[in-house]
Amino acid sequence: MSEMKYVGKSVERVDSLEKVTGAAKYVDDIDFGPSLLHAEIVESPHAHAIIKSIDISAAEKYPGVVKVVTGKDYPVKFGMYMKDRYIFAIDRVRFIGEQVAAVVARCPKIARRAAALVKVEYEVLKPVLEPLDAIKPDAVILHPELKNYPHVPWFYPKESTNIAHLRKTRKGDVEKGFAEADAVIEDTYQVPRYAHCCLEPHIAVGQQDHSGRLTVWSSSQSPCTQKNLFAQSLESFGLSHKDIRVITPYIGGGFGGKAGVCMEILAAVLALSVKGRPVKVRWRRDQEFYNTYLRQGVVGKIKMGAKKDGTITALKYELYFDGGPYVEYGANVVNAAGLSACGPYKVDNLNIDSYCLYTNCPSGGPYRGFGYSEFTFGLESHIDRMAEKLGIDPVQFRLKNAIKEGDALGYGAPMNACDLHKCINLVAEEVKWGKDETSPDPNKVIGKGVACFWKGPAMPPNASSSAYLKFNEDGSINLLISAMEMGQGVLTAMAQIAGEVLGVPPSKIRVETPDTDRNPYEWQSVASHITWGCGNAVQKAAIDAREKIFDIIERTLYLERAGLYLEDEAVKCRTKPDWSLPLRDFVINGIMVKDGTFKGGPIMGVGMFMPEFCSTLCDPETSQGGKPNVHYTVGAAAVILEIDKDTGKMDVQKVALAADIGKAINPDMVEGQIVGGMLQGLATALYEDIAIDENGRLLNPNFTDYKIPTARDIPGKVVSFIVETPQADGPFGARGIGEHTMIASAPIIGNAIYNALGIRMTSMPMTAERVALSKHLGLEKRVEALYAKRTESYCKRGSKS
Amino acid sequence: MKKININFELNNEGWNLDVEPSDTLLEAVRDKMGVKSPKIACDRGDCGACTVLLDNKAVRSCLILAAEIDGHKITTVEGLCPQEPTPLQKHFARNNAFQCGFCAPGMILAAHELLQNNQKPSREEVQEAISGNLCRCTGYEKIIECMVNPDLKSGEDK
Ligand code: FES
Ligand code: FES
Repeated sequence: MSEMKYVGKSVERVDSLEKVTGAAKYVDDIDFGPSLLHAEIVESPHAHAIIKSIDISAAEKYPGVVKVVTGKDYPVKFGMYMKDRYIFAIDRVRFIGEQVAAVVARCPKIARRAAALVKVEYEVLKPVLEPLDAIKPDAVILHPELKNYPHVPWFYPKESTNIAHLRKTRKGDVEKGFAEADAVIEDTYQVPRYAHCCLEPHIAVGQQDHSGRLTVWSSSQSPCTQKNLFAQSLESFGLSHKDIRVITPYIGGGFGGKAGVCMEILAAVLALSVKGRPVKVRWRRDQEFYNTYLRQGVVGKIKMGAKKDGTITALKYELYFDGGPYVEYGANVVNAAGLSACGPYKVDNLNIDSYCLYTNCPSGGPYRGFGYSEFTFGLESHIDRMAEKLGIDPVQFRLKNAIKEGDALGYGAPMNACDLHKCINLVAEEVKWGKDETSPDPNKVIGKGVACFWKGPAMPPNASSSAYLKFNEDGSINLLISAMEMGQGVLTAMAQIAGEVLGVPPSKIRVETPDTDRNPYEWQSVASHITWGCGNAVQKAAIDAREKIFDIIERTLYLERAGLYLEDEAVKCRTKPDWSLPLRDFVINGIMVKDGTFKGGPIMGVGMFMPEFCSTLCDPETSQGGKPNVHYTVGAAAVILEIDKDTGKMDVQKVALAADIGKAINPDMVEGQIVGGMLQGLATALYEDIAIDENGRLLNPNFTDYKIPTARDIPGKVVSFIVETPQADGPFGARGIGEHTMIASAPIIGNAIYNALGIRMTSMPMTAERVALSKHLGLEKRVEALYAKRTESYCKRGSKS
Repeated sequence: MKKININFELNNEGWNLDVEPSDTLLEAVRDKMGVKSPKIACDRGDCGACTVLLDNKAVRSCLILAAEIDGHKITTVEGLCPQEPTPLQKHFARNNAFQCGFCAPGMILAAHELLQNNQKPSREEVQEAISGNLCRCTGYEKIIECMVNPDLKSGEDK
């Protein structure tokens, strides 16, 4: 391929100007006129209770109230991968904040006052708040009906238990592997729950016009999936797919939290209840925390065996995820972890059990990293401990076991092209791995930490994308896709791909956010699959248009097709260097031939893409036999961390992250993902933490008490490395990168703390307070005791404290 | 409830408006004046997405009652660029400083306030000035870089 013009270049985002001028419209910015209604949700005050009765009479009479809706108006279930929840709670509530009723009124303040008048009588049940309690034999069962819930074929719920799904992966013989090992280490790691904290809270506006047509404007990563799930749930109300339209303007961040359907279904059904009028459901910040999705907390028990030379001989990993009360989406996070929790390493003897457990905490679900961040903290911490025990440098240990193209994955399929070794070496070099650093301040110590990561898109085997492209009279292009722009830059990347094929600069390509009536199908913008999946569809659509262009040229000007190419918004010909025909001269109106007639017509291109090589069919006891993931993106990260020995305060001086993404369509935007994702991950490592009390109440649903990083909390320096081992089936060789950038953040911090102070953190977040307490009071002695016998090379650094 | 009548300027245009005593400036600007760039993200002063300039000082409009702005001058990001984007906005755009863009209107006003008073801010001064404006996407790095090195005159710097 000749030198590329737009792909691989840091072109300006196509949405930049809209965003810096305030012109970009988000759902709440759309004007719906004076007929707009507002909904307020009546929420459960109990984590687990039977609903005895609901009295809406007082609320209905409140002046300005238009409608009060409860579960009996819409007794249907919905859900992404498993239909385990009602639109409004029926019979039973399962978390604090669950929607029991909605009051629709002309003004939000009236709706709120009236909602307080809805009287609900409950019989309170004992809540289950921890995953390890949920799995106890005598645990209260949250979903007695579990066996009747429809679900995707790759879930294995256990009836009459709180196990919503158990993914088992078995490869080789772990017992044999442990027997062969020179060292075996076992421990338990805990990762708490986290919140996405998109700056824009969830919002949806529904309107059913008098002809029956339902439109939902929503802040979503998943317009087509929303349409599909709305249609499934509303079928009994006479609606089919063609009657439902989902429009998703710009969204203020997603991070997985706006995937699938959560509160948006309320706007859809409330619209049916107030036919003709638009009704807005806008989450307040606290609702954003407790009634969307959280990243699931997990307890991970790891047992690892390795030989003296550093070869991992066996890995056993049990993961107990806190799925919350509804796991319609979250169970697939657990599934993803259960398939890949060995990390990017060649492990011949593997045993993973990944449990999705119902609890009465707020619902767990998709969050950037999708299960991988959750298991990587324990795994990568454990790897450092194994390296230490064997007296091997952690970088060397990882290089020794790092996965390569063709290695058998946990479920047997071969690994895709990648260069993890290069990623590890790049970050190690960047932080001057192996070189001790001393702080000029005698009260401070400096540690270094390294970790690897990987992630594959977790999606149905047939998750597909499509694209449609049409020219305008001046040769500019409208590109229609249903991939969602949530900040990652998909509109720009897709313009670059189409532009590269068609010789048109991305600045002349308009790509807009989806409207399911107008834009072709896209499964969802999740799983970091869009650059790859939608990119493939866009590339095909552009090629389709290009071939139509060549057809016309061949037909009218009799130029040999093989010599034709597109460049600088014109058709050119290799055999006639002086000839060129600008696209604008014919892409709409065709080409006039001798007799004055015209040939051709408006040029359009269509493209579709579905991974046709994926399958989730496998042996449920071992996961062997299928190919559930299309590919993995791998990488490594390293940190230089300075710690104040007295206060535990940590200063991330430098982080380096290298990812093998096949091909960076726009390096600037890739760097944006790395810098942003790394900070989001560091915050989970250092201070973010969802607090839930003994009644199941989320205690910190706001930015005062759940701190997310400000501009003062950033690392001293973030160094990004883009490694490009092409993905054969990706557009220009590209693979995804969006989620991967936060996966390694926590273990690099944990490993650096150990390196600096000799304290091993086995749970997150690793706050300054915990570090200081551990140091002064020896709270982590339990762990250190396991390592009384420290080996020379690596532990020298650990004893600096 | 008794309405309060207020006179003020929004983006250099005079307004006379009846507001409820409990209306916040954010609600008034968005719902009564139809200017949508200040965003509702926390509604309790934590995030800065609702930032507007009140007499040229960046404030959180969710914490101010509309009734309080009588006689004052309000600027939103629309008011910064009535004809075309300011050099700072162009600089942010060219450098892909934002991602989802939800924080951008507020962030740009905070940045504008700083650069008005201090044309060559240090990295720390920039970090301090925008520390009340949360951004979940970018990791702040590009935003800070653009402000520390606002080569605002040059055209194409990329
Ligand atoms: S909305 Fe005003 S500070 Fe967050
Ligand atoms: S760009 Fe998304 S919050 Fe700042």
